[in-house]
Amino acid sequence: MSTAPSTASTPAVDGAPSMVLRIDQLRVSAVAGDEILHGIDLELLRGQVLGLVGESGSGKTTAGLACLGHYRAGVERTGGGIELLPREGEPVRMEDLGADQVRSLRGSRVAYIPQDPALSLNPAMRVGEQIREVLDVHGYGSSAREREARVGEALEDVGLPSTREYQRRWPHQLSGGQQQRIGIAMAFAMLPDVLVLDEPTTGLDVSTQAHVLDTIRDMTRRHDVASLYITHDLAVVAELADRVAVMLRGELVEEGPVHKVLHDAEHPYTRRLLAAVPDLQGRKQLTHAVPEPGRATERAGTAEGSEHAEAGRDTPPAAVESAPAPDGGADDAREGDLLQVRDLSMRFGSNTVLSGIDMTLQPGESLMLLGESGSGKTTLSRCVAGLVDGYEGSVSLHGEELARSTRARSLESRQGIQYVFQSPFSSLNPRRTIGQSLTVPLELSRRLPRGGRRAVVEEALDTVRLGRSFYDRRPGDLSGGERQRAAIARALVNAPSVLVCDEVTSALDVSVQASIIALLNTLREERGLAILFVTHNITLARHVSDHIAVLNKGHIVDRGTVDAVLENPTHEYTRTLLSNIPQL
Amino acid sequence: MRRLILRRLVLSVVILLAVSVVIFCATLLLPGDPARAILGQQATPERIAALNAEMDLDKPAIVRYFYWLGGLFVGDFGYSTSSGGPVSALLSQRLVSSLVLMCLAAIVSVPLGIGFGIYSALHHGTRRDSAVTWVSLALAALPEFVIGIALVTLLATSVFQVLPAVTMAPPGVAPWRLPSQMILPTITLALVVAPYIARMMRATMLDVLDSGYVEMARLKGVPERRVILRHALPHAVGPVAQVIAIQLAWLAGGVVVAEFLFRYPGMGQALIDAVNFRDVQVVQAVSMIVAAVYVVVNLLADIVGILSNPKLRSQS
Repeated sequence: MSTAPSTASTPAVDGAPSMVLRIDQLRVSAVAGDEILHGIDLELLRGQVLGLVGESGSGKTTAGLACLGHYRAGVERTGGGIELLPREGEPVRMEDLGADQVRSLRGSRVAYIPQDPALSLNPAMRVGEQIREVLDVHGYGSSAREREARVGEALEDVGLPSTREYQRRWPHQLSGGQQQRIGIAMAFAMLPDVLVLDEPTTGLDVSTQAHVLDTIRDMTRRHDVASLYITHDLAVVAELADRVAVMLRGELVEEGPVHKVLHDAEHPYTRRLLAAVPDLQGRKQLTHAVPEPGRATERAGTAEGSEHAEAGRDTPPAAVESAPAPDGGADDAREGDLLQVRDLSMRFGSNTVLSGIDMTLQPGESLMLLGESGSGKTTLSRCVAGLVDGYEGSVSLHGEELARSTRARSLESRQGIQYVFQSPFSSLNPRRTIGQSLTVPLELSRRLPRGGRRAVVEEALDTVRLGRSFYDRRPGDLSGGERQRAAIARALVNAPSVLVCDEVTSALDVSVQASIIALLNTLREERGLAILFVTHNITLARHVSDHIAVLNKGHIVDRGTVDAVLENPTHEYTRTLLSNIPQL
Repeated sequence: MRRLILRRLVLSVVILLAVSVVIFCATLLLPGDPARAILGQQATPERIAALNAEMDLDKPAIVRYFYWLGGLFVGDFGYSTSSGGPVSALLSQRLVSSLVLMCLAAIVSVPLGIGFGIYSALHHGTRRDSAVTWVSLALAALPEFVIGIALVTLLATSVFQVLPAVTMAPPGVAPWRLPSQMILPTITLALVVAPYIARMMRATMLDVLDSGYVEMARLKGVPERRVILRHALPHAVGPVAQVIAIQLAWLAGGVVVAEFLFRYPGMGQALIDAVNFRDVQVVQAVSMIVAAVYVVVNLLADIVGILSNPKLRSQS
């Protein structure tokens, strides 16, 4: 069971890993008519994890839910089906069963672990009771006492306390990682044959993710379960899966053992996807940007593409070399700082979010502000932009101390610092065209006569490589990557000197992330724009930044050039972070 | 949680005090001279002055306000000039009658509204859903007297004559001793209130049915009935409780029209009579009671909201 199988295109009858679930020519369509899955074939083998990789909209979640005989509202199966071969009992075809029979399989033979535990645990039910419910509805054991004992066992299996007190907690009293482990305990409670995991670690911090992945790997092996691990994160797949299947727009383009797919991919799409995954070493040229899905023209090899690549690749080392030597916290002596934050603290009520933050930013420099959720990184970037006032300490731009709140800041300093938000889905007004949204900052700055604005906006759209044809389109017609480009263009129209990028790539697919990063690097190169890149993703460090500041619980615990911090982390926290990153 | 409830309680008392000031000021503006109303047109100025002194009407308004407020706390609502007795004696029977009518309407409308709301949400997008939606919209759009008159026409006079059109209880007999007379007023009020509850219930239920934990419950293999009752309903009830509270509070005022329509001997009748006869202290008392019902019902809804949310419940 410990070795990866060669290939498993034919079901092994009596061989070591036997087939447990087969997706057979599955076709799923939206009720409105568009086909989402165009005939998928997959096999899940006992004791193995199959990684199902794809970008958003590729249909991977639809395929995963189909394994439980569940189709979301507005979606229906139009062909093929699911065959389940449980440990005990006859093989069944899911689509031949009645609703009650399907229900009796869900949670008992095929279990599901959802993406966001905060949303999928019932907030009004105690966690123990939620696990207990699975056992109750499927009639585990023969007595209530037996089920009681099983709840405790399931909790211990995932490394949580099994005490009565813990079982009586509410979901909101647990951390994100603990909530996800409750989800895992719930899935394993009935000792299922098949487990479908839908991006179960997406919302978690790296160290928590590492724990949860360990738990999943361990439980899959120990209970001999066939797992389908749905994700967009190839690095996680490399850590966890035995085999990988790659999906592209409702079709499987590649399937095979994990090392083969990741190191010797056959399909060009897989290769492109792999090329877009950031690596800590920064060896890869992310800027061989994968064209965004939707504008499916191949760009690699064209003059434009390679030019980007050059620009993106060359910038960081050059900047690193020219930058002054790493000097710990004592960088206030440097002259000509574009942006300077000095002794900044912030508290909400009795809760201190930030304390004693010092940092500086030179023109054309990119500083990565790295921190996990709750570290205060977003609060800090908001303080810099003046979106949060009431902080102590000072923020200066061009050596001039700024007022706390954007409202009190001068027009010039407001234009000087521009903010790009995490989610391009909520930061653009859906009722306005891109052109209208991008004109708003110009209206406010009154820098230009009305007639000249359109030209500036179109130029900004060109700069972010959207093109002026986007002027009259609305956010609803745009992909995530295109929206984020539009949001960046909006920040650019007033020619800022500092761009605050708050997790700008975390809502995007890897290939889109790569192209956004290429864009930011080009902007830095061409315009001397300073970038404060706020993220939780340390693997991006070498691709976007030359300096890095690690934020933990409101303190900067590690700082310096990217090379210095990544190679010789001085703080324990940075070391833990580095050791927990999944690598391809 | 206790602190949260306590804070709401204190807030309610403050609101009631504010309302009492408003009511008192408003009634000061009403025309009419109580002493003259009691003694009649032929009374001498001396006797009026004497009665004014006896009733503290010669004192400044602010002093009278505190006398009145103090009286409220011990159940002394003042003196009814038109009936010639204490207000509390006049109102106690009517208050009970009105509360009985309100409770009956609530007992009918709340389950009806919640039931139809859930039914509609579960059949989302089907004909049954749109039927419920259209009927509830139409009912919500009709004022209560139109519904009342329509019901009287349908069930009491022109079409079928199965129910009495008005309440005719002999004096001293509580109206609920004659159950058939309660039916029409109750149905009228219930039909006014239930559509709002149903529409709100449908909206929150749809929201909740779309949530991650409901999908998760289904994927755990929980039977559909249990999914609805155990996983969805508790979350949908919180917001609906607020709407129910607003509707019940509305009933406290809404009974005025319904009672007038059916000649039901409740507070609403008393209020209309009192306004007609310039019976200031009765008006004050009835307004105050209606305000109190509003505040208490909303307080209860807040408490239900707090109790149905474990996040608030487990806050120490």
